[in-house]
Amino acid sequence: MPGEILGVLGESGSGKSTLAASVLRLLPSNGHIGSGAILFEGKNLLQISSRELRQIRGGRIALIFQEPSLALHPTLRVGEQARRVLAAHQSSPKNVLNDRTRQVFAQLFPQDTDRIMLSYPHQLSGGQQQRALIAQAIACNPVLLIADEPTAALDPVTQREILGVFRSLREKLGLAMIFITHNPALLAGFADRVLILYAGQVVEWGPAATVLDSPKHPYTKALFESLPTISAENEKNRKHKLPVIPGNSSPSSLPRKGCAFEPRCTLRMDVCREFEPALVKLGDGHIVSCFKYNE
Amino acid sequence: MEPILKVENLVKRYAKRGFGGASQDFLALDGVSFTLSAGATLAVVGESGSGKSTLASCTACLEKPTTGNLWFEGRDITQSSEIELRRIRPQIQLIFPDPASSLNPRWTILDIVVEPLILQGRLGRRERNTRAFSLLERVGLSADMAERSAVELSGGQRQRLAIARALTLDPKLLILDEALSALDCSVQAQIVNLLFELQDSLGMTFLFISHDLAMAAHLADEIAVMSHGRIVEHGPTMQILRRPNHEATKQLLAAVPRLSHTPWPATQR
Repeated sequence: MPGEILGVLGESGSGKSTLAASVLRLLPSNGHIGSGAILFEGKNLLQISSRELRQIRGGRIALIFQEPSLALHPTLRVGEQARRVLAAHQSSPKNVLNDRTRQVFAQLFPQDTDRIMLSYPHQLSGGQQQRALIAQAIACNPVLLIADEPTAALDPVTQREILGVFRSLREKLGLAMIFITHNPALLAGFADRVLILYAGQVVEWGPAATVLDSPKHPYTKALFESLPTISAENEKNRKHKLPVIPGNSSPSSLPRKGCAFEPRCTLRMDVCREFEPALVKLGDGHIVSCFKYNE
Repeated sequence: MEPILKVENLVKRYAKRGFGGASQDFLALDGVSFTLSAGATLAVVGESGSGKSTLASCTACLEKPTTGNLWFEGRDITQSSEIELRRIRPQIQLIFPDPASSLNPRWTILDIVVEPLILQGRLGRRERNTRAFSLLERVGLSADMAERSAVELSGGQRQRLAIARALTLDPKLLILDEALSALDCSVQAQIVNLLFELQDSLGMTFLFISHDLAMAAHLADEIAVMSHGRIVEHGPTMQILRRPNHEATKQLLAAVPRLSHTPWPATQR
């Protein structure tokens, strides 16, 4: 939805990065989208021409990845890189592009705007590099920002700052966002809705507060239980083993029958092995894909 | 009882040549002191650039401090000769954050675990392999994976392998430098449980360096908070969480992403 922050939660192998790349048809050459549709502003992105797609990529939909240093050209000053990206999408006169670039950098770096714009990536900290990329991303006024683990390489204090930046972009610009992460705690108080991926299947989704406070899918529940939480009630659990999900997540390389989580699920039933669970509406927009809730 | 590790006024300065010949030294450690008891876990937390990793590499004898002393089992290792260090280093092992870059992808898993034993030169081939297999089992990697190459392992499995390798020479102290940071949350839980088991069965001492304060608090008996190369606060875990004194500690506590809305002990009366 416009102006919404959707949190996509998934661990390694869940398909979360593939999902992000697929939206803009950025899969590697051996990736193939079999079926389904991606509707953006009424158009199916899987069916539009590459010329139209190029305009949308970076223009209407912006992407930010995990390692900021990989997305910044080492010999371009960050302001210059952003200006070039903007120029690729807008054929405006030079001074208009310069003004716009400076404007977005000023939003992300209210102090030291010019110094940051003239810096090379190696002169900036991880957090600053990510901010520079966010500035570059919003320069074209996208309506949707897809961020794939944008804070994973940053320490918690910087992480919190960047999440604050995203929130203020939503407030000021009405920017919608898909925030992909493997850390559920980042989504609390940040995302509006949350979607949980496991081995390429969506297992649960709904309003963030609902899903994070009372998860229903066995995977989601087990995942949240394996997080260390220090609070007065949990103090006795400190220095004790954490509850773990048995087994290991296996790559979803082969199309399989049944529920992807079944091999590791403590609540599994025979039907789970044979059929992919139907979606069950739990009310309030909370949906879970599990046979346990069919009864 | 004598602490297993005593760090006293550790200073580490890196000389940097600025443009025009002006030298700008970078002070990574600015007088760090603490002790660590055998069998305990000390967590060192702090922002990026606070000096945590430099502390790890100095303690693991990978770097020599500029000034200061490091006592391991009562012996001042900053004054030790290279021969003595060669005997001491195996007892202090370091686990890195990125399993992919610290394990040779072209070797088999068995090769990797056996290598330190080969270098040590005390055991014959059969004994080395026996020990290697038992270590693999101990860290939860089955013996039938021994012939696979490290590239085939997941992040969590690679970290288990790094731990197995670190255990080959019976270390007393394990330094985990952001060892869990690159792992998925559910995998972190599995590795943490392994660490608990090792501590219970082998009496290992852990120095857990991380910016994940929640995990640090779960594992550690004591927490030391670093900022700009100094320890600004140090105490028993619950005390640090409930009554943080220093601004850096409070900032770190406030920045911890929390899933539930139950308040941290620090916010309770």
